[in-house]
Amino acid sequence: MKNSVKDHRIRMKMTQEDLAKKIGVSRQTINAIEKLKFDPSLTTAFKMAILFGITIEQLFQYEGS
Amino acid sequence: MTTNRKRSLVRLAIWTWSWVGSLALATFGSLLWWPENNGLKLGLIVLNAVLGIGMIWSNIKLVQDYDELEKKIHLESMALTLGLGIVFGLFYALLDTVDMINWDAEIGILVGFMGITYLVTVLWYRRKYS
Repeated sequence: MKNSVKDHRIRMKMTQEDLAKKIGVSRQTINAIEKLKFDPSLTTAFKMAILFGITIEQLFQYEGS
Repeated sequence: MTTNRKRSLVRLAIWTWSWVGSLALATFGSLLWWPENNGLKLGLIVLNAVLGIGMIWSNIKLVQDYDELEKKIHLESMALTLGLGIVFGLFYALLDTVDMINWDAEIGILVGFMGITYLVTVLWYRRKYS
């Protein structure tokens, strides 16, 4: 799954640590999501989308199989 | 590291060292200091089992405190450790059964193997997702 977490995080002038604290995960998790190595849970995805003020579809794009 | 995480780690360390200590006491005390006292031996063995349950409970609490990526890393590591533990354990026991080794296949070897496997796989998966 592709995502634009890094772009929106930078737009919001946040570090990985800041974002991690705000949504209650570790900095390593944010790093893994941004590098497309880990797909977050629906709860974490919604928390990020709400924090960035966008829809979940704008933040995550399913590429199919 | 969050305060909750530190508290969970300290609690796990206390339970683990209590369990290891009671295991040593139940083993060496029963062999060296009170070999005739069956009541004390049984009491220490039961205490060891109770402390072991406490250790498992505190480990569950620690895992509940992990975030989703950490849970995934530990789940995959546990799956690999369990699988390799069963395969290696039966392989090692079979070597003993068919007299291919000159010593008894002790359970301690399997426990050590699983501990090392878990440590290595956690480090490997952490690197994979970093």
